[in-house]
Amino acid sequence: MKIASHLNPKLFDEGIEKAPTRDGFGEGLREAGEKDPKVVALSADLVESTRANLFADAFPDRFIEVGVAEQNMASVASGLAAVGKIPFITSYAMFSPGRNWEQIRTTIAYNERNVKIIGAHSGISVGPDGATHQALEDMAIMRAMPNMIVIAPVDAVEAKKATLWASTYDGPVYIRLGREKVPTVTTIGTPFQLGQGGLWIEKDDDLPHTVGVITTGSMFHSAASAAVELEKKGIGISILHLPMVKPLDTAGVLKLAESHDIIVTVEEHQRNGGLGGAVAELLGEERPTKVIRLGIDDQFGQTGEPEELLKHYGLDKNGIINKITEVFGV
Amino acid sequence: MNYLSDGEIARLEHKANEIRQSIIEMLMAAGSGHTAGPLGMADIFTLLYFDVLKHDPKNPDWQDRDRVVLSNGHICPVLYATLAHRGYFPVEELLTLRKFGSRLQGHPHRTALPGLETSSGPLGSGLSQAVGMALGLRMDNPYTSQYVYCLMSDGELQEGQTWEAMMMAGKERLHNLIAIIDRNAIQIDGYTEDIMPLEPLREKLEAFNFDVQEVDGHNIRMVLDAIGKAQAVYSQPSVIIAHTIPGKGVDIFERDFHWHGNPPGKGPENFAKKNDQGRDALKKLRSLSGSIDPADY
Repeated sequence: MKIASHLNPKLFDEGIEKAPTRDGFGEGLREAGEKDPKVVALSADLVESTRANLFADAFPDRFIEVGVAEQNMASVASGLAAVGKIPFITSYAMFSPGRNWEQIRTTIAYNERNVKIIGAHSGISVGPDGATHQALEDMAIMRAMPNMIVIAPVDAVEAKKATLWASTYDGPVYIRLGREKVPTVTTIGTPFQLGQGGLWIEKDDDLPHTVGVITTGSMFHSAASAAVELEKKGIGISILHLPMVKPLDTAGVLKLAESHDIIVTVEEHQRNGGLGGAVAELLGEERPTKVIRLGIDDQFGQTGEPEELLKHYGLDKNGIINKITEVFGV
Repeated sequence: MNYLSDGEIARLEHKANEIRQSIIEMLMAAGSGHTAGPLGMADIFTLLYFDVLKHDPKNPDWQDRDRVVLSNGHICPVLYATLAHRGYFPVEELLTLRKFGSRLQGHPHRTALPGLETSSGPLGSGLSQAVGMALGLRMDNPYTSQYVYCLMSDGELQEGQTWEAMMMAGKERLHNLIAIIDRNAIQIDGYTEDIMPLEPLREKLEAFNFDVQEVDGHNIRMVLDAIGKAQAVYSQPSVIIAHTIPGKGVDIFERDFHWHGNPPGKGPENFAKKNDQGRDALKKLRSLSGSIDPADY
C-alpha cells in the first residue's frame, strides 16, 4: 500500500502520539482569537471539558458563560453574529446541537449567521458517561440542515486546522469532537480544505479484491491498521478520510467507487444518516456500488470503557477486518 | 426620539390607522394569516419606526442603527406594513403577503427583505437574539446608546428559552436591551390565563432583574414616555408590559382569541358574516371607528 507522505511517519508505531480532538479545538480557538478580535466564545457550563478554557483564560472579555442553557446559547450567538462577532458555541454534542437544533436551524442557519457550533464528547467513545451522553445522531441532524458545514476531525492536529478554518469561513459550521485521546495521524503539512477528502492510503494494484474505505472522525487509524492485515489476505484497501461529511467530496468518493469492488464507510455514529448515508445517497444516484456502512446499528449506546464499546460495536481494527473478510469469504 | 406635541401624536395615530388598513388589505389578499396581534401592535410599531428608532430606510444595514427583533414572527403583517409605509420597500408589495415567490412570507425571513433583523416564527428565541445583539454592541462600546428592542408576545413567555434569556439579560445588566411584551392575553387556543397562566407577570420579570413598566399599548404618549424611561435605566435591562387589545381598531375583531390566527373572511361570525368581515373592518378604520359617515363625502 502507498501511504500519503504528509501523514505522521509513526502511523503504525505503538508509540504514536495521542491526543483528544478537543485539545486541538481548544488550541485552535485560542489562536483564532489571537488572529481576529471578532472571535468570541460561549460555554454552557462545560468550559474545561470542551477546552474552551484556553480561550476563556486568554480573552476573558470575549468569553461568555451562559449557564446550562444551550437553546439560549445558540440564539444569543446568532445575535452576537448579527452585530459582527464570530461566535463559537461550545457544549457536548448531545446538548448542542442535540437539544438546540431548532434554534440552530432558525436563528443561525436560516438567518445566515456566522456562528460555529462545537459539539464535544460525540460518539460511543464517551464511554462510561453512558448512552444519554453518547451523541450518535448529530451528523445526521446537522447534515440535513441547509447552509451547514459538518466537520468530524480525525485527530487533534486536524481539529485545530478545522477550528482555524471555521473562524475564517463566513457561515455556520458544525464541528464534532471526541473526549478520548486518539492517535495523531496527520501532521501540520496534511491538507485541509472545504469539501476535500484525503486519499491517504492507496491499495497496491496486484491484489484479487479491492475495497475503498471511507472514514470520518477518528476512525482512520483503526481502518489503516485493518488495511495492513487485510492486504496479507489478498484484499487491497484504499482509504479516503473525509473530515467534512458536508459538503461531501463527491469527486473523491466517485473516483474511489470507480476503482474498487466495494465501498465500506466507517463512523462513530448511527449507520443511518451520517457518513454512510451521505456516501450511499451519492453512489445510489451517480454510480450504483455496493456500500457497507459500519457504525451503530439503529440503537442507543451503553456504558463501558471506550475500547470495549468500539470493539462491541465493531468499530475497532478487528471489527473492520471481520466485516470485510466476511464479504469476500477469505 | 423627541418630545412630541399633541399634533405630532395625532399624526402618529393617523399613520397607525393607515398601517391597520394595510394589514386588513394584506390579510384579505393572502386569505390566511394572523389578525389580532398585528392590529393590536400597530400603535407601538408606528411609534418605533416613525419616531423612536435610530435607523435609515435608505440604508437598512447602517451599522449604528438600533435593532428591532420581532420575536413572535406571526404578527409580521404589522412589521411588513410599517416597514413599507416607512419606505423600506414599496407599499404595493404588501399585497403579495404569503403568495408564491413573495419576499413577505407568513413568518419573516431576514435575508429576503430590507429592514428585517431576524427570521422568526418558532416562538421564544427572539429575546435570546436581542440579548446577543445588546451584549455584542456593549462589548464594542460599554456606554453604547444603540438600543435593541425585542417585541414579544405574552403567549411565547410559555417557552422556556424566554426565561433562559431573561436570566442572562439580568446577569449581564444589559442597559441597552428594551423588551416590549404585547400583553393582549390571548393565544391560539384561548386566553393565556386559561391555557398556561403568566401572572403574576410583573413580579416574575422583576425577579429576573428587569426594570418593569406597564403601559396602555394604545396610548402613544404613554408608550413613548415608558421607552424614554427605559432608555434612562443604566444598570438593568428593561421590559415594558404593553397592555393591548387584540384586534384593536376594528371592534368586530377586538378581544376575541378566535381572531388570533384567522384573517378577515375566515373568522367567527358573531358580529359579521365572513364575506363582510374585511369590508366592515376597512370601513371602520376609514371612518375613524364610525365617527365619520362615508356618506358625508
